Amino acid sequence: MEKRAVFRSPWLPLALVMPQLVITFVFFVWPASQALYQSVLLEDPFGLKSQFVWFDNFTALFRNRDYLESFSRTAVFSLLVAGFAMGLALLMAVMADRVIKGATGYKTMLIWPYAVAPAVAGALWVFMFNPRIGIVAYMLHSLGYDWNHQIRGRDAFALITIAAVWKQISYNFVFFLAGLQAIPRSLIEAAAIDGAGPTKRFWTIVFPLLSPTTFFLLVVNIVYAFFDTFGIVHATTSGGPAKATEILVYKVFNDGFIGLDLGSSAAQSVILMIIVIALTVVQFRYIERRVAY
Amino acid sequence: MASVILENVRKVYAGGVEAVKGISLDVPNGSFTVLLGPSGCGKSTLLRMIAGLETITGGTCKIGDRVVNEVEPAERDIAMVFQNYALYPHMSVYDNMAYGLRNRRTPKPEIERRVREAARMLAIEDFLDRRPRALSGGQRQRVAMGRAIVREPQAFLFDEPLSNLDAKLRVQMRIEIRRLHNRLKATSIFVTHDQVEAMTLADVVVVMNHGRIEQVGKPTDVYNRPATRFVATFIGSPAMNLVPGRVIGRGKVEIPGSGTLDFDPDQFEVADGTSVEVGIRPEDMTVAASGESNGFAMKPEFVEELGPNRLVHGLAGSAPLVLSVPSSMHDLGNGTIALHVPEHRVHVFDTTTGRTLRRG
Repeated sequence: MEKRAVFRSPWLPLALVMPQLVITFVFFVWPASQALYQSVLLEDPFGLKSQFVWFDNFTALFRNRDYLESFSRTAVFSLLVAGFAMGLALLMAVMADRVIKGATGYKTMLIWPYAVAPAVAGALWVFMFNPRIGIVAYMLHSLGYDWNHQIRGRDAFALITIAAVWKQISYNFVFFLAGLQAIPRSLIEAAAIDGAGPTKRFWTIVFPLLSPTTFFLLVVNIVYAFFDTFGIVHATTSGGPAKATEILVYKVFNDGFIGLDLGSSAAQSVILMIIVIALTVVQFRYIERRVAY
Repeated sequence: MASVILENVRKVYAGGVEAVKGISLDVPNGSFTVLLGPSGCGKSTLLRMIAGLETITGGTCKIGDRVVNEVEPAERDIAMVFQNYALYPHMSVYDNMAYGLRNRRTPKPEIERRVREAARMLAIEDFLDRRPRALSGGQRQRVAMGRAIVREPQAFLFDEPLSNLDAKLRVQMRIEIRRLHNRLKATSIFVTHDQVEAMTLADVVVVMNHGRIEQVGKPTDVYNRPATRFVATFIGSPAMNLVPGRVIGRGKVEIPGSGTLDFDPDQFEVADGTSVEVGIRPEDMTVAASGESNGFAMKPEFVEELGPNRLVHGLAGSAPLVLSVPSSMHDLGNGTIALHVPEHRVHVFDTTTGRTLRRG
């Protein structure tokens, strides 16, 4: 039986949901509608006058090579981040699942990076990879690779990818570990008796049974790579060198707050908003339906 | 098919807990052997060691002529039916049954043939395309058995496969398992805590307690000639009565505060004056006609009605005693009930060791 609370007057329930509504309104509905409104305006950098330009900001974006490059860069970045963060997390979860002694210690340590703020994570990696004083850069130099993310775009891109992956592994690890532990032991044992070795067991039994978790994490990771990596990019490369690490969310900031092209920046955030809405719809409609066994 | 031979098999867990304390057992080729015991007696651990899912701490386990202590489960050529069925939820019934054969690179037509045949035998042909989720408990159970059958293994291992089914289905599946065994004649080891399952299914019952074997025997043997006090009380429902007594002559034992009982002195070897424990099954006692009793009597306290019969609970001297009488019998009188026990139905156990004092 479902339990329903019955309120006689509408004031108490309203008061109870109000904090959440206020927060949603102030921090989401209002700015989002402002962005929508801004995205169809052309405004001068000083904010003195603005002009209604219909969808010119959008059409201009899709003619702009910089924007299209940033788009494909973001796509590559998010696929790399999602792929590596999930792959490595799965590997670690499988190993942590097998550990018997000190398992709690390992798990706690593997979860720690998630508690680190993106900007701090970025700063950490900047120091380690600093071409002059960084320890990793030093090791790479001694291995014969001339690491310099300050002048080489490829290195900079690798750096933000590594930092973003590192930070997301913990999150994925927790979910994969929970997923692994939810698989009944007897299934693995039955497969072992059925003649499947460890690798075969993983790919034919464990991995398919983890697919709900994998699908969920895929969406979460792509959203993470698209939006939450701003701090990392800002702290490590600021989009440089020569826009080599300027992903979409960073470009929104750069064009809007540095370049003061508010209309274009707003149009870019609207596009990002549409992407996130689309991903969420996919998550709810398509994936949530096929997960349950 | 092959025999399974255990020699002094032991299991000690990392914490030092000894779950199986040296078990030697011979499961002959084609027999249906049931490991029976209360939870925590080590029966499942023993089965899992035979399957290769637990390492063997000591002793040897042989399947056929091969010592399999260090052999992977996959290489032991056994099949196991789990308590929760352990069907692969993302595969169809057909794929569940074919999985083990595919892993062993059986040719496709052969897989097809074996799966179809097993499905027909188990009447699950109509479900081959379904996922386990879409099946009832009984159907899942059949699929789990089908998965074992298609493998045509050296031995079948059953780990309490019926305990997740409702009472009616359990009886039905029990009969089917027995029927299947009669047909396949496959060496089977079946673990259960349910004595009725054990009695009805087994060729040989192995009663276990605290990691040791208490008795190995045919179902009628463990019922009629229990080797220990534990077996005596574990097998049979309601449990066998145990009352303390003292031997006062050849074939006579005195129950303090109640009277004397006759036992068969040819069967039990016990010296005069020994304190013993006397075992009598509730269904072996009858209310004595006059002159039939030696004075063995009980003071009734209350009655449990079971339908076909009723259980009278009371005291023989100071020991609790349960008597089973037909429901048609109404007048139990008041006060004490004089009881008659045929002498060959009286069991005598050593008070300290709990072992039977039966000869040979």
